[in-house]
Amino acid sequence: MAQTVAPPTANTPAVPARLPLRAIAPWAVFFGVLMLVLLYFVGAEQGATSVVNGTDVHEWVHDARHLLGFPCH
Amino acid sequence: MRGMLAGLAAGVLALVAAYLLGEPSVDRAIAFEDGHSHEHEVEVVSRSLQSTAGLATGVLVYGVAFGGIAALAYCFALGRVGRFGPRATALLLSGCALLAVYVVPFLKYPANPPSVGDPDTIGKRTTLYFLMMLLSVLLAVAATLLGKRLAPGLGTWWATVTAVAAFAVAVGVAFAFLPVVNEVPRDFPAALLWRFRLSALAIQSVLWAGFGLLFGELAERLLNPGPATTAGGRTVPAAR
Repeated sequence: MAQTVAPPTANTPAVPARLPLRAIAPWAVFFGVLMLVLLYFVGAEQGATSVVNGTDVHEWVHDARHLLGFPCH
Repeated sequence: MRGMLAGLAAGVLALVAAYLLGEPSVDRAIAFEDGHSHEHEVEVVSRSLQSTAGLATGVLVYGVAFGGIAALAYCFALGRVGRFGPRATALLLSGCALLAVYVVPFLKYPANPPSVGDPDTIGKRTTLYFLMMLLSVLLAVAATLLGKRLAPGLGTWWATVTAVAAFAVAVGVAFAFLPVVNEVPRDFPAALLWRFRLSALAIQSVLWAGFGLLFGELAERLLNPGPATTAGGRTVPAAR
């Protein structure tokens, strides 16, 4: 048997270390909520539900809402 | 943070796609709407602002928001989804995100141009759309966990095949049980509708491909500084 097969660790790229869940969790909660609020304003505010009065938010992001696939009106 | 920046950059790319590909259809759909409804509402924001600054705001905020979420998901996924490096993990993640966040909901509730959709049912349609999105993402996560659980017994290949099949079946069941929405006006041009939906799909593809490549590059540079440091892996004990 010729030694054509390299030892398994030599040529395979290193798998990145796992980040501990405990370190991610607080970031995940904080930014997750923040991002969902942003999404809500782009996707649904002043359409189905409304926090701010009027239609300014709806009209401003109108085209993006259509093109990104959110139900608009 | 990097995820949000990469999301912003990907948003810029998607914005270019949206402006070039999407806006013509929106304009034509609005022309259709104006030709048919006789009540003209007062314009709160002019069309030229809507199609530029308004579109930019929406697409960029969307890019930042999903960039941030995807970056968080990436932190969980890194090193946990198989033998993928930082770049490959990023591209894999954004491919799955495109599918779970957009393509699957799109297949049931596709994007609609202006003048398609009854204003009275907006509440119902929005609820259904977000529900479909949430369901699709949860099912994708569940399928990934299932695949990981099966991998030691079935081997990676068959575990992946089983997980993908389970995802497809679950999505099919969801499609079958969620109510159908079809509010396209009878005389709305089919070619315009097709073009609009195609461009909506193109925008999302550009957004997620851009995010995957950019974020992957940033992550690669952060995690593997210098050329080919293959000894860097597994320095942190795997915590689960």
